[in-house]
Amino acid sequence: MLNGKIPEGPLEKKWEDYKGHVKLVNPANKRKIEIIVIGTGLAGASAAAALGELGYQVKVFCFQDSPRRAHSIAAQGGINAAKNYQNDGDSVFRLFYDTIKGGDYRARESNVHRLSEVSGNIIDQCVAQGVPFAREYGGLLSNRSFGGTQVQRTFYAAGQTGQQLLIGAYQALERQVALGNVKQYTRHEMLEIVMIDGKARGIIARDLVSGELERHFGHAVLLCSGGYGNVFYLSTNAMGSNTTAIWKAHRKGALFGNPCFTQIHPTCIPVSGDHQSKLTLMSESLRNDGRIWVPKKQGDTRRPSEIPEEERDYYLERRYPAFGNLVPRDVASRAAKERCDAGYGVGSSRQAVYLDYAAAIQRYGKIEASKRNLANADADTITLLGKEVVKEKYGNLFDMYEKITGENPYEIPMRIYPAVHYTMGGLWVDYELMTTIPGLYALGECNFSDHGANRLGASALMQGLADGYFVIPYTIGNYLADDIRTVSIPTTHAAFEEAEKSVRERIEKLMSIKGNQSVESLHKRLGKIMWDKCGMARNAQGLKEAIVEIQQLKKEFWSDVKIPGGINEFNPELDKANRVADFIELGELMCKDALHREESCGGHFREEYQTEEGEALRQDDKFMYVAAWEMKGEHEWQLHKEDLNYEVVKPTQRSYK
Amino acid sequence: MEHYNMNLTLKVWRQPNKNSEGRFETFDVKDISSEMSFLEMFDVLNERLISEGNDPIAFDHDCREGICGACSMHINGRPHGPWHATTTCQLHMRAFKDGDTIVVEPWRANGFPVIKDLVTDRTSFDRIIQAGGYISVNTGNAVDGNALPIEKDKADASFAAAACIGCGACVAACKNASASLFVSAKVAHLALLPQGEPERKNRVLSMIAQMDNEGFGSCTFTGACEAVCPKEISVTNISRMHKDYLWAGLSTEK
Repeated sequence: MLNGKIPEGPLEKKWEDYKGHVKLVNPANKRKIEIIVIGTGLAGASAAAALGELGYQVKVFCFQDSPRRAHSIAAQGGINAAKNYQNDGDSVFRLFYDTIKGGDYRARESNVHRLSEVSGNIIDQCVAQGVPFAREYGGLLSNRSFGGTQVQRTFYAAGQTGQQLLIGAYQALERQVALGNVKQYTRHEMLEIVMIDGKARGIIARDLVSGELERHFGHAVLLCSGGYGNVFYLSTNAMGSNTTAIWKAHRKGALFGNPCFTQIHPTCIPVSGDHQSKLTLMSESLRNDGRIWVPKKQGDTRRPSEIPEEERDYYLERRYPAFGNLVPRDVASRAAKERCDAGYGVGSSRQAVYLDYAAAIQRYGKIEASKRNLANADADTITLLGKEVVKEKYGNLFDMYEKITGENPYEIPMRIYPAVHYTMGGLWVDYELMTTIPGLYALGECNFSDHGANRLGASALMQGLADGYFVIPYTIGNYLADDIRTVSIPTTHAAFEEAEKSVRERIEKLMSIKGNQSVESLHKRLGKIMWDKCGMARNAQGLKEAIVEIQQLKKEFWSDVKIPGGINEFNPELDKANRVADFIELGELMCKDALHREESCGGHFREEYQTEEGEALRQDDKFMYVAAWEMKGEHEWQLHKEDLNYEVVKPTQRSYK
Repeated sequence: MEHYNMNLTLKVWRQPNKNSEGRFETFDVKDISSEMSFLEMFDVLNERLISEGNDPIAFDHDCREGICGACSMHINGRPHGPWHATTTCQLHMRAFKDGDTIVVEPWRANGFPVIKDLVTDRTSFDRIIQAGGYISVNTGNAVDGNALPIEKDKADASFAAAACIGCGACVAACKNASASLFVSAKVAHLALLPQGEPERKNRVLSMIAQMDNEGFGSCTFTGACEAVCPKEISVTNISRMHKDYLWAGLSTEK
């Protein structure tokens, strides 16, 4: 049984008590301690900046050409915080409760409560850094609604919230670089964890420009490397987003928690053809005002404007009257799939539903007309005014849709379909965010901790920044306080030697295969297996088939992959091969985890376990635990469990009706 | 939207590394769908080059949603290509027609040396930010977010400047390879907010000094930068920066 090291005491006092008693490292000792941070998204940049501010010597690594390009930059809709600025009944408890319920009762209560407690500090910190959040005319911060909640607690900056938050963290990071507290390594990829006496003590990184391998020592190593949605090939992740850093840690003994918990986001631009390289999200915030529908008639090929109101099925409003279009993501995605599978899909592929802004444009137009004292505004004026309001709220998203599809969403409803977006699973961590390897931490999306089986919208940004700004600066001291006597270990140590050798041999092996199939084509095949058999709906037979197919694909990869170019040069195909090799192994574990979890919960939907209305059916008596997998060998894993004890929230059948 | 396929001729800049000489190489690409993005067309070409045993074309790209700022192709003489307010990754092939010849180059500027083919080194932008593109507030020092109301107009203008993605198209478009639009966007983002006020003078002086150190040229206010900026950052920011620079330079108290 795994020990999450959850502090004693009542839930709302745990974090406060922990902070009051945790060991500290004095400023003089902090200066002697080196910390390695992998990744510069919200979690990595905020952690590196905050630890640099405290006086630690930090080294931060990213594969992009600048820390500012990490994929947090692409988050659109917003960030949650329990500020209750709207006086609409929000509180720390309610944000905590919504997150636990949204995660379908598969997250750890203590972590989620802490997240909720620090959420308000994040907003304050970001405002102080100059993050230009949206504001009302009175100059105060504006909020909007997001899925899975009935209060307005989401702070935003148009459809570019992730960009603005990341730029804030990036600037704080660059300030520490300028002050000499942080050293930054761009176009570098971490390829191995170095272990000495059972502790993480450094990394092997590859300079992606020269191809050279480098050794870096750290008293502790923080992985902040993001999610692994690209295991599906097509996802809303950036092209470079990968699992390599956490997979190396997993191979070194770090347990992997709930790998099969994947979030399929309901509102993405549908696939247009075989050339598709990635999918683009249309923010969940669009569900605030947009209405989702399909024709009531199967196989209806009329244009949307030709389908009269009474022949439209607003299926989310019909099935879930209490939450309507704002049901959580897993519910909305499955409902879209259900309609399309039943033959009601729209567009040329019939794998899409409409997201319609016509009603919102009219509603906003009327409000605006009345604000401007236009009592008898004609229909065209109202439409025009309404479009202006919608443009201010969602303009960049509408533009993006038009660039990709060539259709004007102010005139024609958007076509959308679910796509892989986020991975709730990740390295198992305890309350202090430490993995099962001492000195190795995982922050942000790459850990498993806060979102259970389904993440609520606008909570990923919250978690990334909570972990980096407000959790790790406290919890890491508890480990490092016992490590102040450890002098920096020279990288000539045999463990560094050995780790670098294994990385070099693997790269040489990859390059020596000289087969016939490109990395891209093998990645695409992996993605198809995963999407078809471990995607939005899963069943035992499909998962068993997928495991066999992935094992076969692994053999093919290691005997027939074709990588052009050389080792000691800028070679993006080699970088990609390194990542895809890890994705293949991860894919197998995801299928194993999905097969073992004989229940449906959140984003994990096993067709064998559903209610009569087609909702997810949990099996709390059997699966109320975190599945943490230990790698034992080729295709072999051992299951460890962390039981989830709900002391405050009583798990029930999740209902949004 | 009507879809169609096209055959194209590509002339692409090839350069093995920073120190070697470059040249244009011509490729014929066939059956390109109008629905593809410009980078997906490059994916198709690269897959072909790999299968033929040739070196694929290196280019920077990551999010492919127009926000990370990684992609950076100079297409037919224009950074990011023919569409207004669009990054290379968001440019789609329906911008072109059958039989077109497309010339693709990397950003060209002293401040952005070529790493390989279409990939350049833009770490100079990070160093400019390090020179002062931030507000000095340590974690934990903040007061309540609503303790400091900010006029909506100013907050909106600050946001408009902060929308810069740091791609470098402004530099690539400028005949002097000036980074003024990039630098001024950051100066304006922070100068428009009360939080940015205490460091306003030092910030503008240090960031401009660093821009000069990196080998970027001077601004002659031609406006080519604004015309190609994928985020429509306004040259008004440059005026604001120059005004602040003068004011800061002439003040005795920093």
